[in-house]
Amino acid sequence: MANSYDYDDASFDSRYARPPSSGQGGGAAAELIYDPNFVPDSVKTFVVHLYRHIREKNVYEIHQMYEGSFQRLSDRMFRENPWPSVEAIAPYVDNDHVFCLLYREMWFRHVYARLAPTGQQRVESWDNYCSLFGVVLHGVVSMQLPNQWLWDMVDEFVYQFQSYCQYRAKLKNKTEEELQLLRQYDQAWNVYGVLNYLQALVEKSAIVDILEREKDGLEQFTATDGYDYEGGTSNVLKMLGYYSMIGLLRVHCLLGDYHTGLKCLGPIDISQQGVYMIVIGSHISIIYHYGFANLMLRRYVEAIREFNKILLYILKYKQYHQKSPQYDQILKKNEQMYALLAICLSLCPQSNIIEENVNIQLRDKYNEKMTKMLRYDDEAYAVYDELFTYACPKFITPSAPVLEESLINYNQDAYRLQLKLFLYEVKQQQSLSGLRSFLKLYSAISIGKLAAYMEVDESTMRTILLAYKHKMHSVDSDGKIIPNADIDFYISEDIIHVVESKPTKHYGDYFLRQVLKFEEMISELDRVKLD
Amino acid sequence: MAKCWHLLLSNSWLLGFDRAMGREPQQVSYTVEQLVSVNPYNPDILTELENYVNEQVSSQTYSLDANLCLLRLYQFDPTRLSIAIVVRILIKALMAMPAPDFSLCLFLIPEPVQADEQIKTLIVLSHYLETARFRQFWDEAAKNHSLLEVVPANVDGYIANHLGLVSIKEELNNVEMTVIQLSYGHFSGAGFEQAIQAYAIHVLSLSYQKVPRPVLAETINIEGLSLDKFIEYHVANSGWVLEKGTGRSQLIVLPRNEFNHPGLKKNSSDGMPFEHITRIFPVLS
Repeated sequence: MANSYDYDDASFDSRYARPPSSGQGGGAAAELIYDPNFVPDSVKTFVVHLYRHIREKNVYEIHQMYEGSFQRLSDRMFRENPWPSVEAIAPYVDNDHVFCLLYREMWFRHVYARLAPTGQQRVESWDNYCSLFGVVLHGVVSMQLPNQWLWDMVDEFVYQFQSYCQYRAKLKNKTEEELQLLRQYDQAWNVYGVLNYLQALVEKSAIVDILEREKDGLEQFTATDGYDYEGGTSNVLKMLGYYSMIGLLRVHCLLGDYHTGLKCLGPIDISQQGVYMIVIGSHISIIYHYGFANLMLRRYVEAIREFNKILLYILKYKQYHQKSPQYDQILKKNEQMYALLAICLSLCPQSNIIEENVNIQLRDKYNEKMTKMLRYDDEAYAVYDELFTYACPKFITPSAPVLEESLINYNQDAYRLQLKLFLYEVKQQQSLSGLRSFLKLYSAISIGKLAAYMEVDESTMRTILLAYKHKMHSVDSDGKIIPNADIDFYISEDIIHVVESKPTKHYGDYFLRQVLKFEEMISELDRVKLD
Repeated sequence: MAKCWHLLLSNSWLLGFDRAMGREPQQVSYTVEQLVSVNPYNPDILTELENYVNEQVSSQTYSLDANLCLLRLYQFDPTRLSIAIVVRILIKALMAMPAPDFSLCLFLIPEPVQADEQIKTLIVLSHYLETARFRQFWDEAAKNHSLLEVVPANVDGYIANHLGLVSIKEELNNVEMTVIQLSYGHFSGAGFEQAIQAYAIHVLSLSYQKVPRPVLAETINIEGLSLDKFIEYHVANSGWVLEKGTGRSQLIVLPRNEFNHPGLKKNSSDGMPFEHITRIFPVLS
């Protein structure tokens, strides 16, 4: 059942599709050649320039170096080895404490992406994040950094937490040395710390207030992409606070707490343009987790709507990200969201709510599977299982391992629980699909007749009808009842009257966006001077 | 080894935080709701949250956020998990239907704990309610009366549901007695019962314009004289209307809403909040 679910990311970071060519045993061999204190000239130049750009607050140059030079150097010289140690490069950057923390953060990220981090390295990375966030929270940071970098920091922080939970839940094949490390550093990547850091960043940055004030026009945040072009004050705390809200959504989803996750995201209005859209990684992460949480909360239409929008967006714009290091991750999340969309549409069929292009892609990938899911036989559950397993977040067990008893692998427990509850929900909706196909054929039918067609007694028929109504009406966070089904009905004594709901296209929203887009285009064209 | 995150939890940090935000440091103790929203990832508040669950049960209040916070803390430290508290949280969640609170709680409860007999019973009850199998639900609930007894009744609601008993007693004895003295023994579990009846009526209101009396009876588990009084109460207070159905059966006409009357479906989905329109004012001018 869980064969395709690859929790084993100790071999390589599944976000990047380039496994290390050295394989599993390469670590030891590579170390013979790798000298952490040797600093090649290109690295020397890199750190010196990066340090200068940061001091001069030249965000554009920083971004170029961060996205471009770092990746190129990694590709060229550090495919199988880590970058030079921070102690080796420190002299070139005046031993600047904050720069060293930033360098180390990138250093560890590189190890996670291209190599296999050891237990010791995982713990050291946690230490580094504590120091880095500590500095930021004390408000002593004055630099401006590109949003991409700040997003990557939060994203990586949550990712390494998730990875560590997986790592320490696999006790069966651990060496005594590794177990000793777990015992000694029992505070590393503990769930309280992770959540409290994210929470602290959100609060200390006062980002919620900023977003509130922006609605009243008292603050410039979205308009300047979070930067302060004039005053030059640091954007680091603000943006880390903003991205931490997404981080909290993600961690809560990993724990299975969908309600609180959505609550953490509350201050960000995803129906509007926002800072979350600047970095495509954050945009995708928000919608993926938002959609997934809504799916688990049975708010199918809401999930479908958001998946539809982001999948269309990716379809249009992914070509521009082909060279970026996030491209593989974008594609992976894209595929996962198609799978989730297929699930949502099988549980809650809709007509005309999906964009044409997205629909074509969806049918291409999942037409056969969706037909199977609608049949609700044994094969259907296997398909639901398969798609859920493929697309769900990598759930974690947050509690610390008990190292004294028998050592087993329990890293899949959290996933198995969520899967089980999901399939349980699917099973509860078993009769609804059959009911829907009958309702499509009639405008009015007596309960008795329908019961005969569906081969159940009248009492069961009434039960199925009530269950349909209950399952197809979700409760939103304000307690309002939201209808989800495209086919509805009401019963008058013994007669069912079928009501087909017209799909609502949000023309108002569409026109608004187009008006603003064209206005932007016109003003840009106005700026062009022809000689 | 950096243990700096501990600093984030201590009161001193909260005080320091207040100061940093330019507020006078508060020496007041935070209410449970405040704790849940300001400092939820803190193992020290676990006992307070447990007390809060008991408070919710005895005072007819409910807080999903606080209960989820507690379940999370149990998840973080399974040695502190109390089955009794989890059972109470699940019962309260069941009473919150049609909201999906019960499922939300289950997502946070580890499988071994879900194997507990009491919790298994609650899962079965939830299953019956989710699939609208009300008859089976009430049968099963009756068999597990002691489990559900933890939730005391809402006195006014009870009076509304069982006016019949009161009026009969008054006639017989010609003595004025309060309902409390007469039927204390029936109180236990009645709070739970009322909540489920409210859910049942909700589902009926989504589905029926006119519901036959036997269907209503089975769904809310009230029959005979009590049912008459129940219907009377709702006719007087909730806009129900009695009608004659086919044969000699009684029909209850439920109030019109957008779910059982297609005409009333508001096409509000294409409406837009005013703030969105203001964004194009500069363009229009």
